[in-house]
Amino acid sequence: MKDQQQAMELVRASLARRYAAERRFRVAGLTAILLGLTFVSFLFVSIIANGHPAFWQTVIQLEVKFDSQFLDPTGERSPDVLSAADYGGLVKQTLREMFPDVSGRRDKRELYGLVSTGAAYQLRNMVMSEPALVGSTKKVWVPADDDVDMLMKGHLSREAPEAERRLSDKQVAWIDDLIGMGQLEKRFNTTFFTAGDSREPELAGIWGAAVGSFFTLVVTLCLSFPVGVAAAVYLEEFAPQNRWTDLIEVNINNLAAVPSIVFGLLGLAVFLNFFALPRSAPVVGGLVLTLMTLPTIIIASRAALKSVPPSIREAALGIGSSKVQMVVHHVLPLALPGMLTGTIIGMAQALGETAPLLMIGMVAFIVDIPGSAFDPSTVLPVQIYLWADSPERAFVEKTSAAIMVLLSFLIVMNAFAIMLRKRFERRW
Amino acid sequence: METVAKPRDDETPGGVDVAETLDTVQSATVDRDDRQTVGDITVEQPRMCCRDVNVYYGDKHAIKSVSLDIGTNEVIAMIGPSGCGKSTFLRCLNRMNDTIPTCRVEGEITMDGEDIYSKKLDVVLLRARVGMVFQKPNPFPKSIYENVAFGPRIHGLARGKTDLDEIVETSLKRAGLWDEVKDRMDQPGTGLSGGQQQRLCIARAIAVSPEVILMDEPCSALDPIATAVIEELIDELRAQYSIAIVTHSMQQAARVSQRTAYFHLGDLIEVGDTDQVFTTPRHQLTEDYITGRFG
Repeated sequence: MKDQQQAMELVRASLARRYAAERRFRVAGLTAILLGLTFVSFLFVSIIANGHPAFWQTVIQLEVKFDSQFLDPTGERSPDVLSAADYGGLVKQTLREMFPDVSGRRDKRELYGLVSTGAAYQLRNMVMSEPALVGSTKKVWVPADDDVDMLMKGHLSREAPEAERRLSDKQVAWIDDLIGMGQLEKRFNTTFFTAGDSREPELAGIWGAAVGSFFTLVVTLCLSFPVGVAAAVYLEEFAPQNRWTDLIEVNINNLAAVPSIVFGLLGLAVFLNFFALPRSAPVVGGLVLTLMTLPTIIIASRAALKSVPPSIREAALGIGSSKVQMVVHHVLPLALPGMLTGTIIGMAQALGETAPLLMIGMVAFIVDIPGSAFDPSTVLPVQIYLWADSPERAFVEKTSAAIMVLLSFLIVMNAFAIMLRKRFERRW
Repeated sequence: METVAKPRDDETPGGVDVAETLDTVQSATVDRDDRQTVGDITVEQPRMCCRDVNVYYGDKHAIKSVSLDIGTNEVIAMIGPSGCGKSTFLRCLNRMNDTIPTCRVEGEITMDGEDIYSKKLDVVLLRARVGMVFQKPNPFPKSIYENVAFGPRIHGLARGKTDLDEIVETSLKRAGLWDEVKDRMDQPGTGLSGGQQQRLCIARAIAVSPEVILMDEPCSALDPIATAVIEELIDELRAQYSIAIVTHSMQQAARVSQRTAYFHLGDLIEVGDTDQVFTTPRHQLTEDYITGRFG
């Protein structure tokens, strides 16, 4: 036995060591958090810095003479004739009139190259929706070619030798002329948010992929939430504890760890080859992602059910409710916030999933906006993958912009999950 | 009911006086190694009869061949040291042990002549007839009204809203809670004080008009004043229901019950009128317990 004086001295001596250990631990923790934050902010800054110019697009103003002789020589104004007319020629004619001194086949081709091929479609759509335009003259803003756009955004150096530049000296001069006349400027890029994919960067948009993602997630949610919750409730509340349920539990946990591409192969073999479902369709993507998210939802739902205190179950059983009544009236309402949180996190995972969708053909180049879950389409992450693979310089910023769109969806979904948890959190 | 066991603090276990006292009564009591039940297990008007009930948790033999009647309109208290099986026995009476996968019940428990463990008996119906109040107040995290209305609603006891309102009101009145909560029926039951919550649980139990109410240490989480209120309530409820109450407090057993059963390590040691058990225990173990030798 040490006397009290001695004991106090020893305690005091050990105090400094204990405080030092605590300080070290705190510094280590703080460093870890700062490191994580640095990486996250680096990611965000680089993506936003790369991607924000994609929300702006260079446009050129053309004074188009909708020549009735050129578009509709017969004068009958029928939709067939109007839609088959040579709008590309009309664009070229307009450009020639704007720069009358351009001659020679080569120079003309360079001049035509300033304007996007999408201009012809834009003029055609205008005429088709308003046939009265034929015969009149109108100033129209049409998208510039992606090389012009890149020059305007500073990604193309004017100082580089002409041979190493995608725009010739003449083209640069015309661009300067257009700027001088106020006929070339940068505008907010609505095309990016309303169009489908395109080979031309200035015509490519994210809407097709967003709609594809939406249909895919709807299918996933409609299948995985009810199935997952039902499975969790059965396993947690009704199933007997025996070797079979143990086996099922182990397998569910294993499924949660299976690489997602395996689910893609399974989808290819089962849904496409055996059940002959349509290729590249969101319905198949949804089925595959359901398989992938089910384990997540089941595990989260079971955890939520486990966290409901047993006293609530006893109380319900004690006044003679059946097991189903106990679950439906008391256990499920208390477990629902946890289940929903798990589901939304599963959905966020599914939204960001690429690999399994490649296997079932959702990687195809699809221009049309899908109208239903059975139309061929692609999804946001696959669209990012496709654009990242494209050689044009202009797709670099489109890729980052698409990542921004995807990230904002993910942030919204996770915020929603947190809000649900906060709102329905209950004490008992 | 004025005779209560001597408070524990007065006893000095192993002291000379006590040893002498015990020696003198030794001849009158049954030896402590004898585990046969002492006293009359039957009553004149039994509501429930248990014969040779054995309960196992896996390999553990929790209740050993217990036979006991629960009379009509009586309060029977079950006392005994922790882990003696009194709660387990109580939970056999409305088959709450069914929810424990490893639990096995043998023997015969009948209610009004019907075997409650027979395959033909509906456990939902049984639990409607045998209500239960738990150790820790466990109101549903819903409104006070919903807490009481849930039972009648799932059993279809009420015809329409006014009928249900009436059942809720009567139940709360019987549980002595009506005056305290009538103005805040839509507030959560979990917001009440501990004693009020427990009375709400009693109201919830009596709302389905049971014949028997089981109470598993209903006052162990409550302060003395709330306990007194509940004890008074139990005494009033006896007129309409049979009540089996498990308690750790011998004073409580002495105050509220007409009969007392003493359990020891899974054996039912002694049953008898409460007055008799507390004043002249016939088994050595009972005497040791109520005089505070262990517990």
